[in-house]
Amino acid sequence: MIRFSSVSVRYGEDAPPVLDGVDLTVPEGELCLLVGPSGVGKSTLLGTVSGLVPHFTGGTLGGEVTVAGRSTADHPPRELADVVGTVGQDPAAHFVTETVEDELAYGMESLGVPPDVMRRRVEETLDLLGLAELRDRRLDSLSGGQRQRVAIGSVLTPHPGVLVLDEPTSALDPAAAEEVLAVLQRLVHDLGTTVLLAEHRLERVVQYADSVLLLPGSGRAPVRGAPAEVLERSPVRPPVVRLAQVAGWSPVPLSVRDARRRAAGLRERLASRRPPSPRAPAAGTGGAPLVETEGLVVRRGGVDVLRGVGLRVAAGEAVALMGRNGAGKSTLLGAMVGLHAPARGAVRLAPAPDGDGRPVVPHRTAPGALLRRAGLVPQDPRDLLFAETVAEECATADAEAGAEPGRCRELVRRLLPEVADATHPRDLSEGQRLALALAVVLAAAPPLLLLDEPTRGLDYAAKDRLVAILGELVSAGHGVLLATHDVELAAELADRVVVVAEGEVVAEGPTARVVTGSPAFAPQVAKVLAPEPWLTVGAVARALEEGPGAPAGAGPA
Amino acid sequence: MSDAVGPGAAGEGRRALGSLRAPVAHRSNALHAGAWWLWALGLATAASRTTNPLLLGLVVAVAGYVVAARRTDAPWARAFGFFLALGAVVVAVRVLFALLLGSPIGGSRVLVTLPEVPLPDWLAGVRLGGRVTAEALYFAFCDGLRLAALLICLGAANALADPGRLLKSLPGALYEMGVAVVVAMQFAPRLVADLVRMRTAQRLRGRADRGVRSLVRVARPVLEGALERSVALAAAMDARGYGRTAAVPPAVRRATNGLLLGGLLGVCVGVYGLLSAEGAGFGLPLLLAGAASAVAGLWLGGRRSPRTRYRPARWGARAWLVAGAGAVAAAGVIVAARADPSALTPSAVPLTAPTLPLGAAAAVLVGLLPALVAPVPATTGGRRTAAAAAERGEGAA
Repeated sequence: MIRFSSVSVRYGEDAPPVLDGVDLTVPEGELCLLVGPSGVGKSTLLGTVSGLVPHFTGGTLGGEVTVAGRSTADHPPRELADVVGTVGQDPAAHFVTETVEDELAYGMESLGVPPDVMRRRVEETLDLLGLAELRDRRLDSLSGGQRQRVAIGSVLTPHPGVLVLDEPTSALDPAAAEEVLAVLQRLVHDLGTTVLLAEHRLERVVQYADSVLLLPGSGRAPVRGAPAEVLERSPVRPPVVRLAQVAGWSPVPLSVRDARRRAAGLRERLASRRPPSPRAPAAGTGGAPLVETEGLVVRRGGVDVLRGVGLRVAAGEAVALMGRNGAGKSTLLGAMVGLHAPARGAVRLAPAPDGDGRPVVPHRTAPGALLRRAGLVPQDPRDLLFAETVAEECATADAEAGAEPGRCRELVRRLLPEVADATHPRDLSEGQRLALALAVVLAAAPPLLLLDEPTRGLDYAAKDRLVAILGELVSAGHGVLLATHDVELAAELADRVVVVAEGEVVAEGPTARVVTGSPAFAPQVAKVLAPEPWLTVGAVARALEEGPGAPAGAGPA
Repeated sequence: MSDAVGPGAAGEGRRALGSLRAPVAHRSNALHAGAWWLWALGLATAASRTTNPLLLGLVVAVAGYVVAARRTDAPWARAFGFFLALGAVVVAVRVLFALLLGSPIGGSRVLVTLPEVPLPDWLAGVRLGGRVTAEALYFAFCDGLRLAALLICLGAANALADPGRLLKSLPGALYEMGVAVVVAMQFAPRLVADLVRMRTAQRLRGRADRGVRSLVRVARPVLEGALERSVALAAAMDARGYGRTAAVPPAVRRATNGLLLGGLLGVCVGVYGLLSAEGAGFGLPLLLAGAASAVAGLWLGGRRSPRTRYRPARWGARAWLVAGAGAVAAAGVIVAARADPSALTPSAVPLTAPTLPLGAAAAVLVGLLPALVAPVPATTGGRRTAAAAAERGEGAA
């Protein structure tokens, strides 16, 4: 269905090729998962299939890509619209019309599908994607998962043979991601659609894939094959595969179900041990909280987004805030840095050391002073970056934070050793941009660090670096509160997990207890090893290394 | 409505009335957006023919009532308040100018005499300050009110008609241009949303989030972001088949160009003929011929676009009623203006209390018909979802 013959793409004459020597075929009716570290050209590869590369992005395409027999070099994207459906990373950027039903019909209208056929296909697609209830809704009133489903539906209605998706589940909570993946699987099975999809969160998608296409980067040729074989050699691996490698299983299992059937022996070996707590309990735990909310009610657009939230984060502790899209997580973080004034209740930050000893009330504190008490890295780090070069960004950050010059640049050097001074912040990858925003916030050395959805768009390597950095900060006595959909991140980092729904706290407790309590929030390792309370591959690996007998880790969970 | 039917009236009459009652709006019975525009233009025409403040007030009240009864919770519908405010500003500015610059109306009832600023000779005819008469102020008020009523009528059409649906009624040759216009219209609100978000983000950098400096600082990143998004949208639209053309024979293409050009030329010359005194004879026929040629050109041009339309709005009985109500209002006021000019443009000198011309008022009241016959918009849990969107939209690009 899709054939690449010695395809290469380069942007600019002297620039190194983004893709080189890609030679492969994706047969019809296959769900092919594209994996690889950040910046190896996954999005570019997807773009060549829909013809957006090179017709829209510029650059030079060498070799030939054919889709259903049509060469993308001779056909601009609009002439491929009837065979390829493309959904980019941000579904909102893809919408042309205002309502769900019109959006589903838009592609067919462009192709000149007769009205009676359009009518029937819209109804079918509404049912297929479970959107019938939403047919008259405005697109901007939909939740993230609903938007993603509408975006997929909008490219499905012209009945393309090929569906190209770039990170369809990265921004979604676990339940919404399941919804979208279930739809994709149904398309492959019922309609024989060929799906090519790139995704960083492999743990969510790999069990649905028929084949995996690995772009290893650094000039090596891409590998396509059965998922288990390819992932065994891949630099990016979901937790279940890493667990298999630690336990020495081959071929590696891809789903929790397969892994559980192999895990009886491992569970026995681990039965005599207790997992270590993520880190030695810091001295500050149990001391005065860095932030405390009491019966916090925040009203936005006439509706209570938070309804009486009580939460505290102490020094030397990492807390994960979880819950579905739109549950109020971002608003809660915003209230802690004074973006939203409470309608009732209170938010208090720990008093400043040079102050009068009274707690700091965020929305009544000047931004400059607040910066030294609490720092927020927003969902889109671009919101925080205003300058034209990394060096300039760091210089202004130091000046605003009142830190000695060079402090922020030093932090950037540690987080991003490879980034040059003159780079434009918008040219950085997602992970690099996050690190830069983190450095900017840390320049003021706030004791409380808030992160909103920090792992969106990060590959496993970038995520590991982030976990290491945040772990260091927590050990050094910072308090970290992160809002996230990423259960693996919460398992790796958090001491406690707080689950919010509809603006209320519905569960709170030590990570191990909360995340194992519900399947939606359990990390893969916990699902494989249940009822043993292990959460991360790292903990299992350390326990196995230390040999039998000795209790692992510093203390009880 | 059924209250009007007495207990004696048989079930048949009640059923007939029941079928007249406005249904709840859904996709297939939605009123044609063009009907709303015709209705509003009718009211606007009525307003333009009078300076009687009572009649103008009635026009504004009719437009306002229909909007209140039939608007949805879509963003364009919320803009009606803005048009009301704009109308008030227009009246205020008009009166203020009459106060400061004087008025050619003259009049004898001097309310106050402002100190007059001496102006150089070459500004002869312009006066700054001086006598302020009641007549001048009254005249300015009525004149401003007329313009305000016009604006409010347009605001009403804007609030009631879905621009996306209106777009679907454009001829095929213009559709793609129309999509570009609608997308461009979404650009401004999103830009404002970005601006608000980025200014809030300034707080996170420890900067003040108010004042001109903060605005200047975020302007560049906001524009960069908007540009990035536009490019992404353009790519998405292209990938979904925007701008596909069907192959048409060269003869048809040439005929299209000829018809369109000739039509436009005909319309221009025809309008010139109509407006100039000596050309009244050839003006109207030329205008009509030009318009016909342009319509034929558009129709032929539509063949280049392979587009089809998904559930276009139908022009049904209710659309006729709504558009007709506007036409009656316009016609009634025009006829009344011919019959009794003094009632519709009451004189400011001498100052007289305006009276409500009953015939014209009745015609304007017919404009209320849409509030009875147009389908009632379905209420959604809009506020709740809007709040959820606000929560999500906070950080999402």
